[in-house]
Amino acid sequence: MTSSPIVALDGVAKRYGAFVALHETDLAIAEGEFVTLLGPSGCGKTTTLRLIGGFEQASDGRIAIAGQDVTESPPYRRPVNTVFQDYALFPHMSVAENIGYGLSVRSGRLEKTERRRRVAEALALVGLEGMADRRPGALSGGQRQRVAMARAVVRRPRVLLLDEPLSALDVKLREGMQVELKRLHRELGITFLMVTHDQTEALALSDRIVVMREGRIAQIGSPTDLYDHPATPYVADFIGAANLLEAEALGREGDVCAFRLVNGATLRSRRREAAGATTGSRVTLGVRPERMMAARPETGAANALDCIVMERLFHGDCLRIELAPEGGGKPLFAELARTALPATVSAGSRLAVHIDPDDVMVFDAGGGK
Amino acid sequence: MTLTRRTFPGFAALFSLPLAWVLLLMVVPYAIMVAVGFWTRQFPLFYPDFQFGNYAQILADPQYTTVILRTLKIAALVTVCALLLGYPLAYFLVFTIRSQKVRNLLYMSVIVPLWVSYLLRAYTWKIILGTDGALNSLLVSTGLVSAPLDIFLYNQTAMVVTLVYIFVPFMVMPLFTVLDNIPRRLLEASEDLGVGPFMTFWKVIFPLSLGGVVAGATMTFCLSFGDFVAPVLVGGPDGTMVANLLQTQFGAALNWPLGSALATLVLALVLILLQLSSRLDRAGRIDL
Repeated sequence: MTSSPIVALDGVAKRYGAFVALHETDLAIAEGEFVTLLGPSGCGKTTTLRLIGGFEQASDGRIAIAGQDVTESPPYRRPVNTVFQDYALFPHMSVAENIGYGLSVRSGRLEKTERRRRVAEALALVGLEGMADRRPGALSGGQRQRVAMARAVVRRPRVLLLDEPLSALDVKLREGMQVELKRLHRELGITFLMVTHDQTEALALSDRIVVMREGRIAQIGSPTDLYDHPATPYVADFIGAANLLEAEALGREGDVCAFRLVNGATLRSRRREAAGATTGSRVTLGVRPERMMAARPETGAANALDCIVMERLFHGDCLRIELAPEGGGKPLFAELARTALPATVSAGSRLAVHIDPDDVMVFDAGGGK
Repeated sequence: MTLTRRTFPGFAALFSLPLAWVLLLMVVPYAIMVAVGFWTRQFPLFYPDFQFGNYAQILADPQYTTVILRTLKIAALVTVCALLLGYPLAYFLVFTIRSQKVRNLLYMSVIVPLWVSYLLRAYTWKIILGTDGALNSLLVSTGLVSAPLDIFLYNQTAMVVTLVYIFVPFMVMPLFTVLDNIPRRLLEASEDLGVGPFMTFWKVIFPLSLGGVVAGATMTFCLSFGDFVAPVLVGGPDGTMVANLLQTQFGAALNWPLGSALATLVLALVLILLQLSSRLDRAGRIDL
């Protein structure tokens, strides 16, 4: 990041008595970025968003938005607007009044005609031209969501904060709104900071994802970064899915490193992080289900695990196979192409799964949690 | 909804008592009251009749209209004062007090006086406002006045003060409920949109609390309108209210027909008021 960040958290922490919602955190967001705070509930992502919005006061650290220190500023003096999880539309106002609400007060006072123009513009932006006089109570969930978006962007904030904006919508609608969000971000050109617990949403929309866990940032990176090079087993499992296997480093053979699993089988990894494992150390291996390939058992395929098929689940575009490694160990999941597995392979069959050494992720000793 | 044979006995058992209660203790007495309002009186007896003489007398005699207007005025004053006192209190309880425990405690302290006899609470003000009362003792002991004053008791101000004190819980209760039901998210949204706390109150909180204002005002007004204790205890010679007139007609004056006609008028007034208030309430009703 070369230019100065639009949002900068500097050692920001939030405590409620003895409970720490957010440990000291640094975060810089560049102008125009679409950043997602991702994590399970209670990880501190919403707290972070609320601190930036001004709804919570930081216990420690400084928050700057657009170069201004806003740590002590109330929400109404910050150049950000929020799309709330439950939309928080004013029930006693029409759609147009809701959208124009932030334009009628002193800080954003505009000429009446200009105000009307901006409201109409915002309505058009979210495709609700005919709804100006409706009450929020007469709108569907998706329409309310659009009103909330329009209301938040009409004041032209420097940063748009989105608190689980799509979580209240059903699956089909949510996918449509993802496209809408992406389009809005491109058209408005402002910074989006979104909170979500839905990893597919985060992967699909973000320029960068901030994975959070227990009040701390676990990893920051682009979606492909996080997917291809997760720093911890936690991130590997949260972004996409991962089979996590306990193993012991056996040593290097050229550019690959060998690891022995609990059932005695050997897996090799050619990834750069494998080089750091010292012989004899305990590590966690991660293998994505979609990176496993079916091989015939006992053909001696390189880097393969012999398993027993426990379940075969048809997922439409793929097959999801639950496998028990021969000789013991945690069950594994593999995602295979429909054509990759003969119909005769079913529960009880023996099956070997082959994994390219480039796809065996290695996490440090003790990092198995 | 049609009742099946199977549920009818249970239904009858469940509702016959309340139905009988309403019929015997409300519908029948009201019917009698309205009917007697048309009777004639030839002292000391009343005769069944159907004539509007009683109503004509009430409307023609300035004594009655003066008292009715005074009662309306006092009830309106009590309502306004209770609102001005109760709204900030309810607002304070809901939005300022953060601890749920403290909030409930303070809310209960507003409600608890209702458990004390209404007469006692009215009588308290006689003690406070009287010539040798608490207020005068305080004024004399602080040297603000040299001798006890008799201006506090036995006037309409004393009545308003007493009635406000007695009925303010009925204002606070609906206000508290309605304010407590306003989602905090809406206030956050308002501030998020650049609107400060003062305008947030006028543009979001107050409009959304109108239902409570209407409910509280209606209760306070109707209760004050029908009160007859405050005039007797702390009201002066010009403190008579409608309820006192009614009492006199049924008691000392022994003119039940006139009393019934007056009571019917009061009832009609209150019903019109309730109708208005429920219309206002419906117009402002919002799904939160």
